[in-house]
Amino acid sequence: MDRDEIKRLENICKQNRCEIIKMIHCAQSGHPGGGLSATDILTVLYEKSMKNFPEWDKSPSHNERDRFVLSKGHASATLYAVLAQRGYFSKDELMSFRRLGSRLQGHPNTHIPGVEVPTGSLGQGLSMACGIAMALKLDKNPANVFVLLGDGELQEGSCWEAFMHAPHRRLNNLTAIIDRNHLQIDGTVEQIKDINPLDAKLKAFNWNVIEIDGHDVVAIYEACENAKKSDKPTAIIANTVKGKGVSFMENQCGWHGKAPCDADCQLALAELA
Amino acid sequence: MNIDRTKTKSIRAAYGKALVELGKINENIVVLDADLACSTQTAIFGKEFPERFFNMGIAEQDMMTTAAGLASQGKIPFASTFAMFATGRTYDQIRNSICYPQFNVKIVATHGGITVGEDGASHQALEDVALMRNLPNMTVIVPADCKECEEAIKYAASHQGPMYIRIARTNVPDIFDESYKFDLKAKVLRQGKDVTIVTNGETLAEVIECANILENSGIEAQILHIPVVKPLDNDTILEQTKKTNFVVTVENHSIIGGLGSALSEILSENMPTFVYRIGINDEFGQSGEQRQLMEFYGLTAEKLAQKIEKKLREIK
Ligand SMILES: Cc1ncc(C[n+]2csc(CCOP(=O)(O)OP(=O)(O)O)c2C)c(N)n1
Ligand SMILES: [Mg+2]
Repeated sequence: MDRDEIKRLENICKQNRCEIIKMIHCAQSGHPGGGLSATDILTVLYEKSMKNFPEWDKSPSHNERDRFVLSKGHASATLYAVLAQRGYFSKDELMSFRRLGSRLQGHPNTHIPGVEVPTGSLGQGLSMACGIAMALKLDKNPANVFVLLGDGELQEGSCWEAFMHAPHRRLNNLTAIIDRNHLQIDGTVEQIKDINPLDAKLKAFNWNVIEIDGHDVVAIYEACENAKKSDKPTAIIANTVKGKGVSFMENQCGWHGKAPCDADCQLALAELA
Repeated sequence: MNIDRTKTKSIRAAYGKALVELGKINENIVVLDADLACSTQTAIFGKEFPERFFNMGIAEQDMMTTAAGLASQGKIPFASTFAMFATGRTYDQIRNSICYPQFNVKIVATHGGITVGEDGASHQALEDVALMRNLPNMTVIVPADCKECEEAIKYAASHQGPMYIRIARTNVPDIFDESYKFDLKAKVLRQGKDVTIVTNGETLAEVIECANILENSGIEAQILHIPVVKPLDNDTILEQTKKTNFVVTVENHSIIGGLGSALSEILSENMPTFVYRIGINDEFGQSGEQRQLMEFYGLTAEKLAQKIEKKLREIK
């Protein structure tokens, strides 16, 4: 990737972060921490790695689109900001986030252009992604499936049922990205229920495992390209910082599901500018 | 009957404090949570008794079956998370590992109903009472205010058997005073000859105000508060509803399978009576601010009064 392209992607990441802060501030509700840790990953997926069409259409004419599942559905603000940036819907709509009657529900549902399956109840996205990958294989459709999971989310046993399933069915069209920010709601993942050693677990389950810096746009892109060529399902452990980009939100459990007040919003936007 | 609705308190905090009091007098009390301890307020217990508090992580099924194991050895586990994940996600675990062996597990679920608010449909448990009510051996309690919640928690700790206690995310006004004692009985909170309004949980405050509004329109409403949805206090229900012959049920829950269904079942079998169920109509919820959602789904005092007046005119 050349320097201009890196700059372009990093710029979009920054813009998306600003939208996320504004949306959550405007709604006075939402999840900034896990939203900001996932921003670079989602931005690179939609801006570079995934074949995707902003004119949302699930008819056969758009069958070659790569599929995405936001298993950690509480990062909805990030997904909506990324989709609006890509042109799936107007950026004006973003400020209706979480409002009564809005399309942009607290957690993603299938009324939203770009959303394949609803999420919000943790631990269900990977299985749905496996189902999508199986359907694509049945249809001999070469499209790829990407799914983003939280690291706390991996405590759900259902994730591991799906981790066992995907290699068994040789779902090499599937890539699971783990937002490895080491935090959940009540503390660090290590304190609450340790999922380590994560890479060894996934390797033992027969996945192609790649570990990257989840805020490095080049590393994200290259890992996804590597995944597309793999003959096994790929798990990308993306090391991230919860609240990334806003100093006072970084690595703070308290910002998991709290909206910034006016002053905090100003501060955050100034830092991101 | 009047309540001061400008002063509200967290029913979840009342739960957390009640747990701590119980922890002090009974060392068999253990508490489990699934990464929502700050929301459910079990964290207060965790701070006081770290060795008897188990944060199970985001693993609700594991939490329920672990609670079953603890109970099988004589512990009294209180297991908490949002009502959505405490019931639907774990239904089989609750059925087969808790209710079937009649283990002494207390499931205290917060964020029941539409008033979850902005998180929206995926987090709004509108079916949890229905799911828990159909399980043999399960007691189902939906307290209306902090005092009743506290008393229900004490009751749960001192009575053997699986229990489901559903509390709201909403801060609620005080309804009951210090003298309130919890039992399995239905409670008549207001006399009236035109209609019996049956409710529980956070909608009780709405119903009390609704009855005052109806009074201004010349309609005398009786209020029957039923905190215990199972086992139902059939005697009181039949005796009281006979007086008005018209029953309205109000619940922050689907009209299918909850309090409205429970009332319909016993009335149709014993004393066929017109039952008008008010709740969420066979649909999923949505994002919104708590009060706006109550308004939208017609559960505020004013909206309830309008609906009841209209229905009364229709059936007269
Ligand atoms: C089944 C289920 N249980 C609980 C929750 C509540 N919840 C929402 S986010 C969250 C913590 C998620 O932590 P993690 O997966 O690490 O996400 P991130 O740190 O990226 O925000 C919890 C417990 C939920 N949405 N679904
Ligand atoms: Mg995390």
